[in-house]
Amino acid sequence: MMDITPAHYTVLSAALFTIGVIGVLVRRNIIIIFMSIELMLNAVNINLVANARHLENLVGQVFVVFVIAVAAAEAAVGLGILLAFFRNKETVNIDEMNVMRW
Amino acid sequence: MVETIVFYTLSGLILGLGVAVITTPNTVHSVVFLVMNFLGVAVIYVVLEAEFLAVIQVLVYAGGIVVLYLFVVMLVNLTRESEAHQDPRRLSLFGLALAGVVLLELAGIVVYSYGREPPAPVAAAATSPVQGNVEQIGWLLYTDYLIPFEVASVLLLVAMVGAIVLAKRELS
Repeated sequence: MMDITPAHYTVLSAALFTIGVIGVLVRRNIIIIFMSIELMLNAVNINLVANARHLENLVGQVFVVFVIAVAAAEAAVGLGILLAFFRNKETVNIDEMNVMRW
Repeated sequence: MVETIVFYTLSGLILGLGVAVITTPNTVHSVVFLVMNFLGVAVIYVVLEAEFLAVIQVLVYAGGIVVLYLFVVMLVNLTRESEAHQDPRRLSLFGLALAGVVLLELAGIVVYSYGREPPAPVAAAATSPVQGNVEQIGWLLYTDYLIPFEVASVLLLVAMVGAIVLAKRELS
């Protein structure tokens, strides 16, 4: 077997990102869509950490710290919006969330 | 050799759990799969010698964010099938095809990036006066990346205020 190179981690990251994209595009439950977004952020983080080790430069890991902070903020605000919406419409199905559609 | 086995095992685990997250009909099960997925990613970080990030991953993602999701799933107590109503204009297969296009694009980028001549070695990182993963990240955060660090803290404060304002019931 051959050694694990950064390309392996990049391929893993791309596959996980695509799973997240499929979740966002195909599912209709908005909670699942939020979770798919977290999957995509994780895919990006794997890529950053793998290349940080490859280049022996810790700046990539510092970026991951910021990505995690933004993900936490996004989850809090997104779920707050979702709760406020659910109180009005009693649904988490995005096909019924069209009040602002033109 | 050990890294090879660990990598393929963890990759299978992470991708399988990722597929489980987006295919499981029950949202609570989906959240549990998401926790296990995050723990797998944390182990990947340990393999990649990023111990600090592995701990942060477990604390913030598996500990904090997922509990938030679980709270919302419990609060949004669904009495009917959440995916029952479907917009007739919605094209799920088209979405799947679009995701395939994204995968092709990413594969193209990987092939292009790693198929070329290896780039000239980047300048070595400035020698850090401290040793150890956590110390070095802390050093970078409080020297070169101090302003982004403060901005991130303000962002978290704004998000906290916003989440409270959004989630509270109307006064009066």
